[in-house]
Amino acid sequence: MIWETVRLSLRSIRRNVLRSFLTLLGIVIGVAAVIAMLTIGSGTTAKVKSDIAKLGSNLLVVRSGRPAGTGGPGGLDQAVRPLADKDVAALVAHLTGARAISPASQKQVRVIFGTESLTSGVTGTDSAYLDARDWKLVSGRRFSDSETRSGTGVCLIGETVRQQFFGAGEPEGEIIRVNRTSCKIIGLLEPKGYTGFGQDQDNVVLMPLAAYQRRIAGNRDIDNIYVAADDRTPTTELQPRVEDILRDTRRITPDREDDFSIRDMTQIADAMASATTTMTGMLGAVAGVSLLVGGIGIMNIMLVSVTERTREIGIRLAIGAHEKHILIQFLVEATVLSLLGGIIGILIGLALAGLASATLTIPFAPSPAVILLAVGFSALIGMVFGFFPALRGARLDPIDALRHE
Amino acid sequence: MAAALIGFDTVWKSYGQGEAKVHALAGVDLTIKRGEFVAIMGPSGSGKSTAMNIIGCLDTPTAGTYSFMGIDAGRLDRNRRALLRNLYIGFVFQGYNLLPRTTAAENVELPLIYRGAPARERRELAMQALAEVGLVGREHHTPAELSGGQQQRVAIARAIVTTPTLLVADEPTGNLDTARTHEIMELLTRLNRELGLTIAMVTHEADVAEYAERTIRFLDGHVASDSSKLEVA
Ligand SMILES: Nc1ncnc2c1ncn2[C@@H]1O[C@H](COP(=O)(O)OP(=O)(O)OP(=O)(O)O)[C@@H](O)[C@H]1O
Ligand SMILES: [Mg+2]
Repeated sequence: MIWETVRLSLRSIRRNVLRSFLTLLGIVIGVAAVIAMLTIGSGTTAKVKSDIAKLGSNLLVVRSGRPAGTGGPGGLDQAVRPLADKDVAALVAHLTGARAISPASQKQVRVIFGTESLTSGVTGTDSAYLDARDWKLVSGRRFSDSETRSGTGVCLIGETVRQQFFGAGEPEGEIIRVNRTSCKIIGLLEPKGYTGFGQDQDNVVLMPLAAYQRRIAGNRDIDNIYVAADDRTPTTELQPRVEDILRDTRRITPDREDDFSIRDMTQIADAMASATTTMTGMLGAVAGVSLLVGGIGIMNIMLVSVTERTREIGIRLAIGAHEKHILIQFLVEATVLSLLGGIIGILIGLALAGLASATLTIPFAPSPAVILLAVGFSALIGMVFGFFPALRGARLDPIDALRHE
Repeated sequence: MAAALIGFDTVWKSYGQGEAKVHALAGVDLTIKRGEFVAIMGPSGSGKSTAMNIIGCLDTPTAGTYSFMGIDAGRLDRNRRALLRNLYIGFVFQGYNLLPRTTAAENVELPLIYRGAPARERRELAMQALAEVGLVGREHHTPAELSGGQQQRVAIARAIVTTPTLLVADEPTGNLDTARTHEIMELLTRLNRELGLTIAMVTHEADVAEYAERTIRFLDGHVASDSSKLEVA
């Protein structure tokens, strides 16, 4: 009986292909938008998460200056005390639960090789930096301890820098100019691609901190200290320990606030992820409105269909159809119609999301739950908006209906 | 055997309000027994179709009692009347009233669908009914591909596929030429004789009424005359 009715409704939809399609457009657009947005949204979330994980998992970054968001006067009039060697030394000496501790200072600097030049992110650091950030070398070697200590002119370069200067050639042993100093390439970093914010993570040059300070920055300042937690220690536990040690070495009395900040990359990842979720939710709501419009379209066309087929309804009622038979017939038709729209919408939405993923280089992450929900929701729209027209058909008087036309 | 199938007891049917009030039926008393073939005649507007709608349980009287198979059908709700129609009554209309773009077989199956009959049984019964009305080979034609006479045969097949007790036919030959009219009337007569089908039929044509055993004439919502043919042995 139900199958019979579904077949009947498919037939009547096929009879008016163009009209049915136009009616469906609202549902198609709505569902396509929802599916595309949710799929792109979850892809973006995954991308942001993996990007931040790439910054270093379980990583704390210490910077000088008061933590953002903590109030109090004297943000500007009070000179920011930079981080220094002794802060790093104190952490290395006293901090437990850390896998790697590494100081770093960085700057955008013009890098030159032969006639080619490139503005690159140049970082002065030590070899623990690679451990802290989970960066690997494709070839070559790290800085030796003596190179780090004496600030020898050696450097590690990222894939973008290699491509710019050497094309297919081997970079190791070549000398590049960084600002007004020169350094010898001793290794190549593994490619990491772009971050979600469009930053090229491979356009980098690493050199020993002492060399950077002396020849590029011209001071002894340290911009950041990277502290990577070991596997047993959550960053939330490590953070207060770092804070205690630094307050101690920097002699901050209990009545004063920190003059440094500690950022927990894991927390930032979570915050970013929840921000994209909120965005997705809002866009989803907008798409929901278009589904409502689609529903009204279904209602409209079903009213037309009931009117057009008044005589048919009369015949059916005369030969013994119960009210509920007519009701079900038109409800099924509305549901099949909007379900069809939903399915077309899902396909279009997935195609759009696939296209967006390819161009934005984010993972294509279709969610079966979301697709199922869209199917269910479009069926529901058909039922809800088809109900009134169907009821109208079912309530017709058979004599009036037979006389119609 | 001569049980009353249909009984009108001072049936009134009125339309409109106050000044504009029209009495389509004004106190009609009438009995039709099982197995009868009754022709209903009368001038336009005399209440024939109104009476037929009540007989067919499509409509209910404004006042008075209509009983069908001993049931007070005038006081049943619309869904119960739908059930009565589906189980016991077949309809044939002047304008055929077949579903367009639907094959003859599917049209004939329709009342069985609402009975919840399984597909195979429906198909078999529909084929039998179409054979009964002489439409073998036309089962898969749509109404647009059939002549008027053929369409009316499909409608008759649809009416008898449920083996009803009563066939209600409002001007069944109204749209047909003379030759086709007589074919249809012979078919109805045969159904009446062979299956014992009770037939109530409205017609304007005397030679069509000739096929019936009994003729009831309506005039201004009353039964003006009611005459039975003497069976010539
Ligand atoms: N739904 C209605 N509303 C108002 N008046 C109606 C309605 N149906 C029938 N009538 C009136 O009732 C009277 C009887 O109508 P009915 O259709 O029964 O006539 P009839 O004998 O079948 O005529 P015809 O031979 O033309 O078909 C007519 O005056 C008609 O105008
Ligand atoms: Mg009439």
